[in-house]
Amino acid sequence: MKELIVGRGLRKSFGAFEAVRGIDLTVPAGQVLGFLGPNGAGKSTTMRMLTGFLEPTAGTVHLDGIALADDPIAAKRTFGYLPEGAPAYGDMRVEEFLLFVARTRGYDAAEARRRVDAAIDRLHLGPYRKQLVETLSKGYKRRTGLAQAILHDPPILILDEPTDGLDPNQKHEVRELIRRLGGERAVVLSTHILEEVEAVCTRAVIINEGRIVFDGTPGELDSKAPGSVTRNRMDHVFRMLTTSDVREPAGARGGSR
Amino acid sequence: MSAPARIGPVFRREFGAYFASPLAGIFLVIFLFMSGIFTFQLGGFYERGQADLRPFFTGQPWLYLFLVPALSMRLWAEDRRTGTIELLLTLPVSVRDLVVAKFLAAWAFACAALALTVPLWITVAWLGNPDHGAILVGYLACALLSGTFLALGAFLSAFTKNQVIAFVLCGVAGFLLLVTGFPIVLDFVSGWLPRIAVEAISSMSALTHFEGMMRGVLDLRDVLYFVSLTVAFLFLNGIVVEWKKAE
Ligand SMILES: Nc1ncnc2c1ncn2[C@@H]1O[C@H](COP(=O)(O)OP(=O)(O)OP(=O)(O)O)[C@@H](O)[C@H]1O
Ligand SMILES: [Mg+2]
Repeated sequence: MKELIVGRGLRKSFGAFEAVRGIDLTVPAGQVLGFLGPNGAGKSTTMRMLTGFLEPTAGTVHLDGIALADDPIAAKRTFGYLPEGAPAYGDMRVEEFLLFVARTRGYDAAEARRRVDAAIDRLHLGPYRKQLVETLSKGYKRRTGLAQAILHDPPILILDEPTDGLDPNQKHEVRELIRRLGGERAVVLSTHILEEVEAVCTRAVIINEGRIVFDGTPGELDSKAPGSVTRNRMDHVFRMLTTSDVREPAGARGGSR
Repeated sequence: MSAPARIGPVFRREFGAYFASPLAGIFLVIFLFMSGIFTFQLGGFYERGQADLRPFFTGQPWLYLFLVPALSMRLWAEDRRTGTIELLLTLPVSVRDLVVAKFLAAWAFACAALALTVPLWITVAWLGNPDHGAILVGYLACALLSGTFLALGAFLSAFTKNQVIAFVLCGVAGFLLLVTGFPIVLDFVSGWLPRIAVEAISSMSALTHFEGMMRGVLDLRDVLYFVSLTVAFLFLNGIVVEWKKAE
């Protein structure tokens, strides 16, 4: 299997605080990786390094074989990215915003139009195409962000909380979409919903305080829970892995750099 | 990809953004109204009995002090506040192209506003017999000065998420860039600085270079001054974008 995302030894410090403390992540084509961890664990920071928004303090990123540090423009063509909170230009209409992204990606007017129409169809944004982004509900804003990420049919998708703020119907639809997109792509999605991992992911990675504490299939995650636990077994494992009593003392935060 | 293809979409989005808010309208009304006041009232147009655009050009730098920051303040501060900077910087475009596209969009707007003052030119041509070549050089000076101010403002806008702060920073910095050529300032420093230092300060001033051109003298050194300062600010702009983007 072709390794589409290769992150090696990724670290990121903000001043004295080290948010990401050595993460290795290799995602082959066909894998949908659920990226889990408590608030502030470093999920978004890691994704920002994978997409080249943040330069790692240490470590390297290769996307579809291209070194991000050597040829950032070519590397950025290989993925679609939904940043946390799905930022978009509020003063533009949905269609106008998507056309802007498509044209910025280098498509000519006709091709951009074709791709935007396809993405709008795929995310059922049709009735909203003429609406100002700032007046969209949270769910439709997120869909617009997803549409923007899949416009160019990239081999890699990096989605930071793609189902955050969606109602159960929309959550279901977006999960279906991600499953369908999965296919030959490498997908990394972060989420706080453990059932989501079970529903769409083929691999689960849990990070805590900037380090990977679990890496395996959703089934393996489930099986780590003691037999006595019958309900919300994955939640139990998540708590086990990320709220141990042997925590680092507060003073050690960032002390390694 | 060719430069227009790389820069075009961001340029069009940024140019269009001025019209998405009442800003464009308010800006144009104030600019044209104030330019008219300078030309016909403050400049003593009727008293001087001379039909030219000297008073109009004299007023332009001072108008730019608060109108240019209104155009430049949003260029980066807004993207940083709303998070769209993360979208822009993960698209396959270089920071350099983004800096150039945003600057050109703001400058195109400023130049369009300037073009709307041409009726003033037509009026003085109709009232008298002005030196049209000199007026053309004056307009070039205005375009260059507004470009330099905009590049300065874009650079300062990248430091903050707050557009009001970006506005004030640009106004203050623009003021400093102008007043270093002001007679009061030069007289003041000439009391205790050697002559050569005074001349250096004066030659750093945008006002000194602007006034030369405003009188209709096309000196390549003046043009070079504005162009190199603009390029320098845009270069710094790119550095600050990279440096501050994630904060
Ligand atoms: N620009 C920054 N400057 C300083 N600290 C930062 C910056 N960005 C992130 N951090 C810190 O890094 C840590 C990791 O943040 P990150 O956003 O990656 O967490 P996360 O796992 O995505 O959390 P969440 O689930 O809440 O989205 C946090 O402690 C955060 O405060
Ligand atoms: Mg996050």
